[in-house]
Amino acid sequence: MGLMKAKPAAQQMRRRSSGGRIDRTKPVTFTFDGRSYQGYEGDTLASALLANNVHLLGRSFKYHRPRGIVGSGSEEPNALIRLGRGAYAEPNLRATQIELYEGLYAESQNRTPSLKFDIGAVNSLLERFFPAGFYYKTFMWPASMWMTYEHVIRRAAGLGRVADDHNDPDRYEKAHVHCDVLVAGGGAAGLMAALHAGRSGARVILADEQNEFGGWLLAENDTRIEGVDANSWIAGMVADLAAMPEVTLLPRTTVFGYMDHNYLTLVERVTDHLAERPAHLPRQRLWKVRAGQTVLAQGAHERPLVFSGNDLPGVMLAGAVRHFINRFGVLPGNRAIVVTNNDDAYRTAISLNEAGANVVVADLRIGASGPLITAAKDAGIAVMAGHAVTLADGNHRVARVEISAVNEGATQITGDTVHMDCDLIAMSGGLSPAVHLHSQARGKLAWDDRTLCFKPSATHEASFNAGACNGSFDLGAALREGARAGVKAATAAGFKAFTSIETPALDTPKQSWRPLAAWKITNGEEPGRGPKAFVDFQNDVTASDVALAAREGFQSVEHLKRYTTMGMATDQGKTSNINALAILADALGSEIPEVGTTTFRMPYTPANIGAIAARDIGHLFDPTRLTRMDEWHRANGATFEHVGQWMRAWYYPQEGETMAEAVNREVLAARTTAGLLDASTLGKIDIRGPDAAEFLNRIYTNSWLRLGIGKCRYGLMLKDDGMIMDDGVTTRLAEDHFHMTTTTGGAAGVLDWMEEWLQTEWPDLKVYLTSVTEEWSVATLSGPNAAKILEAAGIDIDLGASSFPFMSMQEAHLGGLPVRIFRISFTGELSYEINVKARHGLALWTLLMKAGTDFGITPYGTEAMHVLRAEKGFIIVGQETDGSVTPPDLNMNWIVSDVKADFIGKRALARASMSYDDRKQLVGLMTTDSQRVIPEGAHAVIDPDQPMPMEMLGQVTSSYYSPNVGASIAMAMLKGGHSMLGSKVYFPMLDGDVIEAEIVEPMFFDAKGERING
Amino acid sequence: MASHQPDRGQRGLPGGKPKYSAFAIAKKAMNYHQDWQRAWRDAAPKDEYDVVIIGGGGHGLATAYYLAAVHGMANIAVIEKGWLGGGNTGRNTTIIRSNYLWDESAAIYEHALKLWEGMTQDLNYNVMFSQRGVLTIAHSEHELREMSRRVHAIRLNGIDSEILGPAEIKKFVPTINIDQSIRYPVMGGFLQKRGGTARHDAVAWGYARAADDLGVDIIQNCEVTALRRERSKITGIETTRGFIKTPRVGCVVAGHSSVIAAMADIRLPLASRPLQALVSEPIKPILDTVIMSNAVHMYISQSDKGEMVLGAGVDKYNSYAQRGSFPVPEHMLAAAVELFPVLSRLRMLRHWGGIVDTCPDASPIISKTDVEGLYFNCGWGTGGFKATPGSGHVFADLIANDRPNKIAAPYDLNRFRTGLLIDEHGAAGVAH
Ligand SMILES: Cc1cc2nc3c(=O)[nH]c(=O)nc-3n(C[C@H](O)[C@H](O)[C@H](O)COP(=O)(O)OP(=O)(O)OC[C@H]3O[C@@H](n4cnc5c(N)ncnc54)[C@H](O)[C@@H]3O)c2cc1C
Repeated sequence: MGLMKAKPAAQQMRRRSSGGRIDRTKPVTFTFDGRSYQGYEGDTLASALLANNVHLLGRSFKYHRPRGIVGSGSEEPNALIRLGRGAYAEPNLRATQIELYEGLYAESQNRTPSLKFDIGAVNSLLERFFPAGFYYKTFMWPASMWMTYEHVIRRAAGLGRVADDHNDPDRYEKAHVHCDVLVAGGGAAGLMAALHAGRSGARVILADEQNEFGGWLLAENDTRIEGVDANSWIAGMVADLAAMPEVTLLPRTTVFGYMDHNYLTLVERVTDHLAERPAHLPRQRLWKVRAGQTVLAQGAHERPLVFSGNDLPGVMLAGAVRHFINRFGVLPGNRAIVVTNNDDAYRTAISLNEAGANVVVADLRIGASGPLITAAKDAGIAVMAGHAVTLADGNHRVARVEISAVNEGATQITGDTVHMDCDLIAMSGGLSPAVHLHSQARGKLAWDDRTLCFKPSATHEASFNAGACNGSFDLGAALREGARAGVKAATAAGFKAFTSIETPALDTPKQSWRPLAAWKITNGEEPGRGPKAFVDFQNDVTASDVALAAREGFQSVEHLKRYTTMGMATDQGKTSNINALAILADALGSEIPEVGTTTFRMPYTPANIGAIAARDIGHLFDPTRLTRMDEWHRANGATFEHVGQWMRAWYYPQEGETMAEAVNREVLAARTTAGLLDASTLGKIDIRGPDAAEFLNRIYTNSWLRLGIGKCRYGLMLKDDGMIMDDGVTTRLAEDHFHMTTTTGGAAGVLDWMEEWLQTEWPDLKVYLTSVTEEWSVATLSGPNAAKILEAAGIDIDLGASSFPFMSMQEAHLGGLPVRIFRISFTGELSYEINVKARHGLALWTLLMKAGTDFGITPYGTEAMHVLRAEKGFIIVGQETDGSVTPPDLNMNWIVSDVKADFIGKRALARASMSYDDRKQLVGLMTTDSQRVIPEGAHAVIDPDQPMPMEMLGQVTSSYYSPNVGASIAMAMLKGGHSMLGSKVYFPMLDGDVIEAEIVEPMFFDAKGERING
Repeated sequence: MASHQPDRGQRGLPGGKPKYSAFAIAKKAMNYHQDWQRAWRDAAPKDEYDVVIIGGGGHGLATAYYLAAVHGMANIAVIEKGWLGGGNTGRNTTIIRSNYLWDESAAIYEHALKLWEGMTQDLNYNVMFSQRGVLTIAHSEHELREMSRRVHAIRLNGIDSEILGPAEIKKFVPTINIDQSIRYPVMGGFLQKRGGTARHDAVAWGYARAADDLGVDIIQNCEVTALRRERSKITGIETTRGFIKTPRVGCVVAGHSSVIAAMADIRLPLASRPLQALVSEPIKPILDTVIMSNAVHMYISQSDKGEMVLGAGVDKYNSYAQRGSFPVPEHMLAAAVELFPVLSRLRMLRHWGGIVDTCPDASPIISKTDVEGLYFNCGWGTGGFKATPGSGHVFADLIANDRPNKIAAPYDLNRFRTGLLIDEHGAAGVAH
């Protein structure tokens, strides 16, 4: 606050003295473009601005033409504003949907320096040179300039500006619910549907985009239902619904997506309308609803008429004008022209007249008659039949019109033209049912020649359409359809809808719902000339653009949309689609139903990304998995690395140590005394069942049938393409019971993989898989003093090599803790992997650290673990392998059984290329400069001086300084590597330097394997 | 590769069609744009063609264009069942880059990138190819290692690529969140400056117009329903608009390749899956490059209109319905907010899906078949838009000469028999 010196509040000069659903006892002060205004609680930003006679609200996308309010709800194409300040600012909101609250701060967009004087408006002067698709035809020379042109175009395009502070301070939530009947839209039809479904006891959700239920009825002051005025009837209905325990009322909630199997997504604006937002409430809530049945009752949108100058501020939809007058008590203009091709706009004319405006009706129809027209004439309203507005003119606001006698279809001026001054045009081009959700759910549409609109026909999901969104515009019909849809939906959902359908007694004007087909109103000039007539306001698509697209062959509706951008604006074409289709059909000499519609897609109206992401961000974006020893690692200064979802201790630097120093110390300790590694993250899968051994025999490349109980074996598993997928040690716990370990990152994938085979290919195998990764904490004790430390910790089994040989497992007690000890080694040292029930993990770790103190036990992290295994030439799946490596490539033929009938990948390994000499094969590398470590990922060449592109042999997969060897060591996958031992290869660096290395066996330490028994 | 320049053939509408330019627009404006010509003729199918291309997406249209422009053929038809570019060409997120890991991939995508450079002038159609860079982010030590491998390979293939640290990334992309305490922090990235985006529809329209200029018949709303063979030779195609005789058929139908292949009793190693994308409402520029991230899994750019364009991975089930399931965009948007918190207060405007055809090794098929005269170009999966010109160029060469050239050869169908796969899944893991 306080940024802008607020001027004194202007008077609400267009506010009527009474009426409307605003609370006149609660004035609200708000700011628009730096000026302070007043409105009332119950206003929208649009109604409050209109009350203050502000019509100019924004600038259009392409031509930067001045634009005002056209509609009264989510169909609004023009009145987009930036709401709020700082981190709370949000661009592109429709003024017609923003509820007013004290202190509301709004700014217009897409204008520099101000809304009234926008330099972008020069585009408007040049608009003749910017027809649809002009940018495909120009900005081509010189070729190098496109990036510059584009830079300018990008800055001119876009609408609003994002928040100044990028971190959204608000919170969003998700709700997952099942219901029996979801009713989308709470107008006359939706209220009836919800009531009738609700009475059956079904769980009903009634959602409406607006802040209150009632829909169009909220604006009708000429209608009585069951003897009371429409507003009172709505209040009664809402009270009845609120009293039903199984009915959930969701105002301010847009149903924006309708997916397969009656899965719908809703976004509820929970606190957007409040000046003070309670901290315990989310800003918005995403509802994910699985509905037994749906009733779609989202009503209809009024269409504009397409005449020259129809985009001026002050040119509004007739229904919206009526809305502002009756619902908000605002008279948007004093001298009003109503131009229409149907009866409904006469109700607006009458409302305008009652509110004190001077009204002239230009009715495109020549011989229209009926009670509404008679009523209008009786009220003294001038009606010009067979006339149309052929031009609207004004500067920042409509000020004058030309009204001409036109032929049927309004393609020609047939008589006199009169000029009139005015400050408001209320236009009506008929209604388009909001078929979006029906269509999203793959329902079919049928064109109705009488009411000139697409109506829902066959539905694909379990849904019913009712009321105006079903093309039933008549109130009586809407109420009846709503009630019937409610009963049908509840019945289909398995409830007894015992109520007979009641259709309330009605007193409402009788009218025809048959508009005149007049799509593009002539301005008396040749096609393409004269002031522009807009079809899509926000994206500045004119009637001539549509005709131009058709002329150039962009005749499919989808091409029209993409070539002109028609219907691609933030209003999703709600007001423009049908007019565009009709003009296209006309240009092609075709019919609207033949032209067809574009595909309707989620969302119905734009939905906040924050609400869709909701709480799945920050630390909840993906779970962080920590071991039970994590606390100790943190307390002891460990540095961590991400391994899949896990955070693993990477190394434990001591005071003043660099990473290299710390890792060297850890690596040395593991070979000279003992190191301790937290290995809890390794994947662990419990495999059980009479066919468990047979199952492993098929999953792994080696043999498993005869593995003794208590014995461990290393296994490799391949994908069906013969490539290595994962590895690990598996132990036989009993005849029918195995404990498998996998890589840390591969655990979930391996379980999925094995389940897929079991469930889809080998359903005959009796095997059950359970992930037990989290059941066990694992500490790996490795080094010459490992056995001594176990003894110091108190072990109740004999650790002698003969009673506890390498590659076996024993159950024991260690310091009183029940443990499973696996004598396996990833370092080449005497090594024990000690598993305890997960919750004893920390106890085990501290026990071992304490018992090992006198021996100089050293905790080591994943980096030292990598170095230790590389010294021994052990591979890491995902580091040496990348989905393109076979066991022979790694010189691991020994692990591939040639006697087994089959295993996954066996057939693929028999393919021709699997034995080509130039496959990439695992080798070791020793650098000529023994202290120089080759970066992992570097590529080997034979001739470093060859031109680009270079012939590459392959890449370094692991590379470290080995303190035990006293030199840099590396592993690499090189083409034909197995036959290149002793050769020199070169590694060009990104900075131009070259490293030389010799190809060696990938075995750098204790080649004979003598250290395994300590 | 760096030295190799593709043969662009005849360029700039040699067939005599009126050219587009600012001057032409000014001239046409004098008559209120009443006398613009069709961008391409609405051709009715003739009885016979020398080559028929099935599929009026970018790849099919490019194939037809290069058959005419480079190989001098004229009696060619492109048959499209719906509207041109209505398949994945008009549904993709338009990321273009050539920084692939494997040599075979680098060769074809770089071949394409060279053709992108200059395509606007070749076609006399502004395809808005914008080399604003593609930056791939690494979020873990493992990804940093993979990145190093890729960058070394890419550089030795003569393709531009540079490594950026978090601070340099922040400087290049001020809206990105490099807070190291987030779940998957930005640890580094590599940038291909020559990468970027293009206007997808314009690519289809530009190729169509230029091919039409060289005499190619472009036939929309015409679905191929059967392939006619005599012994094991193609003799023509059945369509919803009648039989068309032809000795050579190139199939470029992306997600529907298995359907056409089945018409010739061929089974392709393809899975067709939905891939979704979405855009936000348009806003003033906040992102002037393309960001890709594997670990949080999403990619994002901002279109010239101002919409944020986002995509992620495929839905994990097979389908021909051009729609996906909600959890995918849900996760994609959460990932986007993680990296670009500013998106939270924007709104999703449009969302859609396309059907992508993916091979087990995530590399395409550009190949002859056992049926003489029947060729397939498919399997581009989630990332074929960037290949459009290169794919069309080498496929035209394959059809014209009945043998693959050096760039196309590794993509032969036979690789699934020999095992010489080009595994962009396992090794690179990057989708788009
Ligand atoms: C959401 C999404 C995002 C993507 N993002 C990227 C990206 O950022 N970068 C990238 O490089 N790639 C991306 N791709 C992939 C890319 O879109 C495709 O690989 C590429 O466009 C394929 O082009 P195409 O011409 O082969 O196929 P398509 O454009 O699909 O064309 C095939 C045509 O064949 C027609 N057809 C099918 N059956 C028949 C028949 N029986 N008779 C006649 N015609 C038929 C179809 O109607 C269609 O028009 C993405 C894809 C999707 C779906």
